[in-house]
Amino acid sequence: MTSLFEYAPAPESRSIVDIRPSYGLFIDGEFDEGTGTPLKTVNPATEEVLAEVATGSTEDVDRAVRAARRAFTRVWGPMRPADRGKYLFRIARLLQERAREFAVLETLDNGKPIRESRDVDVPLAAAHFFYHAGWADKLEHAGLGPAPRPLGVAGQVIPWNFPLLMLAWKVAPALATGNTVVLKPAETTPLTALLFAEVCRQADLPAGVVNIVTGAGETGRAVVSHPDVDKVAFTGSTEVGRSIARAVAGTDKRLTLELGGKAANIVFDDAPIDQAVEGIVRGIFFNQGHVCCAGSRLLVQESVHDEVVAALQRRIGTLRVGDPMDKNTDLGAINSAEQLARIRELVAAGDDEGARRWQPEGELPDRGYWFKPTVFTDVSPAQRIARDEVFGPVLSVMTFRTPDEAVAKANNTTYGLSAGIWSEKGSRILSVTSKLRAGVVWANTFNEFDPTSPFGGYKQSGYGREGGRQGLAAYLKGDD
Amino acid sequence: MSDRLAVRKTCKLYLGGAFPRSESGRTYQVHDAKGHFLANAAWASRKDARDAVVAARSAFGTWSGATAYNRGQVLYRVAEVMEGRAAQFAEEVAAGEGLSTAKARAAVDAAIDRWVWYAGWTDKLAAVLGSTNPVAGSYFGFSMPEPTGVVAVLAPQRSSLLGLVSVLAPVLAGGNTAVVVSSKDRPLPAITLGEVLATSDVPGGVVNLLTGDAAEIGPWLAEHADVDAIDLAGAPTQLAMELERSAAGTIKRVLRAGPEEPDWAGDPGLSRLRPFLETKSVWHPIGL
Amino acid sequence: MTHVLDPDALADPSGAAGTLPDPFADVTRSNDAFRAFLHGLPGVDQVGAQARVTQLGTRSIKTTAKAWAIDTAISMVDLTTLEGSDTPGKVRSLAAKARRPDPEDPTCPPVAAVCVYGDLAGVAKEALAGTGINVAAVATAFPSGRASRAVKLADVRDAVAGGADEIDMVIDRGAFLAGRYLDVFEEIVAVKQACGSAHLKVILETGELVTLDAVRRASWLAMLAGGDFIKTSTGKVSPAATLPVCLVMLEAVRDFRAATGRQVGVKPAGGIRTTKDAVKHLVLINETVGADWLSPDWFRFGASSLLNDLLLQRQKLRTGHYSGPDHVSVD
Repeated sequence: MTSLFEYAPAPESRSIVDIRPSYGLFIDGEFDEGTGTPLKTVNPATEEVLAEVATGSTEDVDRAVRAARRAFTRVWGPMRPADRGKYLFRIARLLQERAREFAVLETLDNGKPIRESRDVDVPLAAAHFFYHAGWADKLEHAGLGPAPRPLGVAGQVIPWNFPLLMLAWKVAPALATGNTVVLKPAETTPLTALLFAEVCRQADLPAGVVNIVTGAGETGRAVVSHPDVDKVAFTGSTEVGRSIARAVAGTDKRLTLELGGKAANIVFDDAPIDQAVEGIVRGIFFNQGHVCCAGSRLLVQESVHDEVVAALQRRIGTLRVGDPMDKNTDLGAINSAEQLARIRELVAAGDDEGARRWQPEGELPDRGYWFKPTVFTDVSPAQRIARDEVFGPVLSVMTFRTPDEAVAKANNTTYGLSAGIWSEKGSRILSVTSKLRAGVVWANTFNEFDPTSPFGGYKQSGYGREGGRQGLAAYLKGDD
Repeated sequence: MSDRLAVRKTCKLYLGGAFPRSESGRTYQVHDAKGHFLANAAWASRKDARDAVVAARSAFGTWSGATAYNRGQVLYRVAEVMEGRAAQFAEEVAAGEGLSTAKARAAVDAAIDRWVWYAGWTDKLAAVLGSTNPVAGSYFGFSMPEPTGVVAVLAPQRSSLLGLVSVLAPVLAGGNTAVVVSSKDRPLPAITLGEVLATSDVPGGVVNLLTGDAAEIGPWLAEHADVDAIDLAGAPTQLAMELERSAAGTIKRVLRAGPEEPDWAGDPGLSRLRPFLETKSVWHPIGL
Repeated sequence: MTHVLDPDALADPSGAAGTLPDPFADVTRSNDAFRAFLHGLPGVDQVGAQARVTQLGTRSIKTTAKAWAIDTAISMVDLTTLEGSDTPGKVRSLAAKARRPDPEDPTCPPVAAVCVYGDLAGVAKEALAGTGINVAAVATAFPSGRASRAVKLADVRDAVAGGADEIDMVIDRGAFLAGRYLDVFEEIVAVKQACGSAHLKVILETGELVTLDAVRRASWLAMLAGGDFIKTSTGKVSPAATLPVCLVMLEAVRDFRAATGRQVGVKPAGGIRTTKDAVKHLVLINETVGADWLSPDWFRFGASSLLNDLLLQRQKLRTGHYSGPDHVSVD
């Protein structure tokens, strides 16, 4: 049966982006050839090759770090802080001016819906630069003493789930605090970082302040282990986070890590049900579930379990999956074949371990990497789908009877990045919040981000915070 | 030098987002530092001041209710537009203050940079001036800075742009709205600033710029029961004392001036932000 | 292409929107009991409701979908004039527009109804004879509702006698805000009786109720009392219809049907001026309650200037260029 009100295709035009057949590395203000074997980046919705991108070798990384060091010592470090701020304001404005171009490119390279790139990723990235621009000449108010100093050269490795936004979260505070950077974008999503390099040139940012070295795991390792990098910032899997922490052991390198999660979204019987359902959907299906802080475990009070699950399934049935370039798409493509395989493996484990799987009716596109939104009920805490991060659109539902039980179950994980709580009772929200071992707690909302609000995890979700006044500390040495 | 006859500007007030003449119909003559005639400026009356307060109060809800990010964006936009008008400002500052072109330009550059500095404060005040309070009980306590409301500002008499920006921008950054009395003898940069504000996404009524005499209008503003605070920067010592006395009647927040106009180039820190911010402390039980 | 995963997700689970036994029969046994029931309904988080509405507002409705939406919206309009200065001439002019909205295109669908004050219902009825377009009359001391029960019921009977097919009543907001829910309920029941076979829309005046929690409670109250439609506003108070209010009312009618089997319609009124606004409402219906409500039997727009904007947009789709006010009639 077709819907009475069918939406016609509403494709965003691709013509605003000019994707070159190949890209080099951005080092010391110039694009040049890398010396490693280039890699291809693919549109995950169609499997079309978008471009060839250079791979940075160890020599390339070394060149980039030396360029960053020169820029730090001669130009960026001695610069008046207000001037650093002005460069960041320029970059923020340029991101706003070229917003549509960035949004389209992000969707093509990542697979996320154009609505999200346009309404969330790009505006937040610009806002991060805008916010941090204002800190550049106000660091004596950062809480680190009257004259905090930058660390030097920051080596930064970012993931594929929010390519431009993760770049902003790394580059903006580093620059605002007077550091220079060598950034390695994710292997499957380098294009918006390379477009960002163009923005740096348009802003007349001095050469070497930002260096972008594309590549895969090896390139990332070279960046974080380079002896002349003072500060390492990594967002990605807990597994890689461990190896980086091992690699910096015994050095003077400062390190912040933002790793995986298995967040609990707790729904009490007095929750505003319709908004809670929206929050659950946003929590696990936003960005196809490729979110470290995704609400991947629904802990629902037993007395309202059936009502909530029924409403949730009804709501999921209205999700629009398909062409990420269509403005009406809610759920885009899975970022890569590898990630799709991982999701399938864990979902199969869910089936094997006896949880009950539900997916809405309907077809998925033929080409590209796709997975339907999936809900497992009758999940028990020992099952893999209750413990392992899927990093996909898969929700595991468990119940609880009392607030203490909810807290215990929510905390029963080695992760601790985020959590959600839904209730109309303020004191209960504050009480539960005070007991949750998570770095970000959302009450009656989920997956909200802002440059002023520090983000980061407890336990094996990592350490350090990004954003807010607290986030500056990672890039400064102060009196403490 | 061409034969073309210039089209001279009529200098009006900036009030409620529009450019009216004074309701009194009065103007006064503005001269440059050498005594040559520059323009007739509107001579604001107490009724203009009254109307300005109404406009500022009316605009307060929207301005203070906007997100800090939005206010920051608007203030940054003001700086962008000021930058485009830098030559015009420099000419007016040079003429009014008797400065060389180079010094006038330096003052204008400093004014624009100061405006940018304050634009970057809007979304940081809560983190720097706010707190969560570890009260000795099962309560979540937090304190947040909030704008005090309508602020009357007597702009410096000598520094006609940098001084003006230095007293106005912090008022706005905190979320307040303003009624400003410009320098009496050097009002032209204020008039141009009004034009900049009108074309920079600043909602009408957030800033009201009255050209005229602080000695005449100041007392009306100091006593006005719907003005929450007053900045006495542009009032000479005797007048400042009288105004502070008058303001006491409505327990206004008063920012005193020193005996001399300061060197506006120095780093102001939080000194002009804090006086116009209230602190609201909130308690909420923590319990099941 | 983008697919809705499950187009049947919002379909009527019981299969037929008939009348089942009322599970809520005894909630109105006392004001206290009624209050406990209404206050026990789930709360509404205002920020969350607004966020949902904002997201749905980004739906891009193009080409064939847009054409369908415009024609559907036109067919849902209750073309309204509710001014003290209304005359028979004004009403006849409106009726003529109702039957043939687009002077340049006879294929344009007619509107659903003409909405007038009760004392002009007869004029409208005569002017619309044979067209199938209904006459809706406001009654019960519209818009304030401040009069005695007897006066309000007489107002209804007069309008019905005058030929109204539909009655748009106002609830007693004073009683509601004072917590006298049973009084409000009983008045609606009485009005429904006075309507006879005329169909009853209950105006909640959501702008005066202010909170979305109150909107949810008032919606349930009106439906339990037998209203055929719940309506947002009189259009005489600002804010009138807003999308978050409409969202909450759609959720209420959805939940009500699931609980009782009875389908109730929704009418936002006031403040809906552009085609964009109207399309946002259709999207809201489509994704909250589904296709069952996408017809004039179950959804109406209370509007006056909206119709001309719909016509201009319709003309643009037809001709390929932007139209202008000379191509639609002024009434």
